[in-house]
Amino acid sequence: MVLSAADKTNVKGIFSKIGGHGEEYGAETLDRMFTVYPQTKTYFPHFDVHHGSAQIKAHGKKVVAALVEAVNHIDDIAGALSKLSDLHAQKLRVDPVNFKLLGQCFLVVVGIHHPSALTPEVHASLDKFLCAVATVLTAKYR
Amino acid sequence: MVHWTAEEKQHITSLWSKVNVADCGAEALARLLIVYPWTQRFFSSFGNLSSATAVIGNPQVRAHGKKVLTSFGEAVKNLDSIKATFAHLSELHCDKLHVDPENFRLLGDILIIVLASHFAKEFTPECQAAWQKLVGAVAHALARKYH
Repeated sequence: MVLSAADKTNVKGIFSKIGGHGEEYGAETLDRMFTVYPQTKTYFPHFDVHHGSAQIKAHGKKVVAALVEAVNHIDDIAGALSKLSDLHAQKLRVDPVNFKLLGQCFLVVVGIHHPSALTPEVHASLDKFLCAVATVLTAKYR
Repeated sequence: MVHWTAEEKQHITSLWSKVNVADCGAEALARLLIVYPWTQRFFSSFGNLSSATAVIGNPQVRAHGKKVLTSFGEAVKNLDSIKATFAHLSELHCDKLHVDPENFRLLGDILIIVLASHFAKEFTPECQAAWQKLVGAVAHALARKYH
C-alpha cells in the first residue's frame, strides 16, 4: 500500500485540524477501543481502564504523538517509527489484528469531531496511512 | 444466538429511528467503494466509478446503498433472530453473488464511521460498542450459509 501525493496532502490536512487535540483524541480513541473491543484490554493489565483515567489520557497522548511523528515524516514512516517498531516486535508484541481496531476507533473519533473534514477521499487516505503505520510497527515481528 | 442487553437494544433502536436510510445507505456504500476500491469488483455494471466524485454521484450506488441499508434494518427489527433473518441472503451472497464475507466486515466498519460522523457526541463509546456488535452479528449471519 503506497501513499500517493494526494494521500499525503489529505493526511497532513486532517492532522493539522487535529492540531492541539492530540491528547483528547488519543484518550478518546483508547477509551472507545477498550469499550468496543474489550479483548484489547489484555495488553493493559497494569492500567486503570475506566473512562477518563489518567493512564488512558497519558497513553492516548503518546499514541497520537507517534502518529503525528509519522505524519511529519510521511515520506519515511519506517525511519520515523523505527524505534517504536523495535519496541512492538521485541517487547510489546501486540497482535497485528489490534492495529486495525485502534485505527477504526481513531477514524470514529475524527469523524465525530471533524465530520465535514472526513470526506470519503480523506477517509480513504487516512485509512491507508493508519495501515501503513500498522505495517511499520509489525514489520519486525518475524 | 446473540445476547443483547436492554441498554444495547436501546442504543441500537433509538439511533436507528433517527437514521435516514436512503442517505446513510448511499454514503456507506459510496465510502466502501472509495476507501476500499477493490470492492468495486462486484459492481462492474454500475457505470462510472472512476473517481470519488463519480462514485458519490452515481445513481446506482445511491439506489443500491439504500437497498443494502434497508435490508440491514431487518436486523434492527429482529435483533433476537438475526441468523434466521439473513439465511436466504447468506445463500444468495455465496451462491449467486460470490461475495467474500470479509466485505461484510468492511461495510460494517464503514457504516460505523458514517454513523459517528452524523451523530457525533451522541455516538458514545457504549453506543459504538452496541453497533459494532450489531454489524458483526449481521456479517456473521451473512457468512453463515457459505459453503
